[in-house]
Amino acid sequence: MASRVGRFYGAGLLKSNNGVIGQICKFATAQEKSSGRKKILSTLGVITGGLGALLFSLDQSVKASDLELHPPKNPWSHKGLFNALDHQSIRRGYEVYKQVCAACHSLKYVAYRDLVGVTHTEEEAKAEAEQVQVTDGPDDQGNMFQRPGKLSDYMPSPYPNPEAARAANNGAFPPDLSYIVGARHGGEDYIFALLTGYTEAPAGVNLREGQYYNPYFPGGALAMGQLLFNESAEYEDGTPPTASQLAKDICTFLKWTAEPEHDDRKRMIIKMLGIFSLLFVTSYYYKRHKWMTIKTRKIEYRPKN
Amino acid sequence: MSILSTLNNAIFKRTSTFALVVVGSVFFFERAFDVVADSIFDKINEGKLWKHIKHNYEK
Repeated sequence: MASRVGRFYGAGLLKSNNGVIGQICKFATAQEKSSGRKKILSTLGVITGGLGALLFSLDQSVKASDLELHPPKNPWSHKGLFNALDHQSIRRGYEVYKQVCAACHSLKYVAYRDLVGVTHTEEEAKAEAEQVQVTDGPDDQGNMFQRPGKLSDYMPSPYPNPEAARAANNGAFPPDLSYIVGARHGGEDYIFALLTGYTEAPAGVNLREGQYYNPYFPGGALAMGQLLFNESAEYEDGTPPTASQLAKDICTFLKWTAEPEHDDRKRMIIKMLGIFSLLFVTSYYYKRHKWMTIKTRKIEYRPKN
Repeated sequence: MSILSTLNNAIFKRTSTFALVVVGSVFFFERAFDVVADSIFDKINEGKLWKHIKHNYEK
């Protein structure tokens, strides 16, 4: 690129027979635009700007019309460019999922082997897997059979199919939680606000049977009741299971299930910054080196006689 | 100056030695870079990663 530009301009600058005067109109900056062209360009600019302003204002007005409460931002320990997930918290979050959420929500894209080296040792993960019964088969008689889970099995779903889930939950489908943090606006902040944000329904809001009011849920009426209270789950590491602690840990756990590559990504950011700063220095030096001859050129105008 | 000229004569003059030096130094650079970057990451996240808590759960 540099050499090509240098060749183009260099040829213009080095012409000595007629001086630079004859050449100067060839430079882009020296060209005057015709008035017709100017009019077309300015019309285009006005139209584009007007369209942009219109779209922006329409978008703003849409945002102002809904009554949804946006979740506050929390200081997560994994917030920031280089901060990894707190694995102790992920482990506690798994306990919360198992004791509370798993009654209704599936986690079907997470296998027990995924826990190994993240929250559990291999033996512990095997023990976790053996606690559940998995349908396997067919055997040599063609029958399906139940067996204890293995590391390669995925987390069991509480309902065999979405219809059964709806039938058991007042027609509302409890979503799969594997990627829920990525699938909701606000991510883990939203989940935390939702889990801890249940209130009495304000006057004028009518809830049907089996619905609960939560200002963070779009629409307000939610089929899931408040489930996280102080001591509604137990921690094996002795952390006091307050409602906000339970919510924080389940959010960290779900952040991990949604982004299992989270820690690797942040490790790569450090390496990327290191490598690219080296490459930047090198390419900057190379650019200066290649442009040196052009930048230090002097042009002199000497009229004849 | 003599160091530079010996360096030039021994390494940079011939493509064969130059390529060899590039391959060899890449090996050491990559190792050192990875070790340094990983240690920075572990330092920032002291106590949060699995390897910092796994001693509690391993027998």
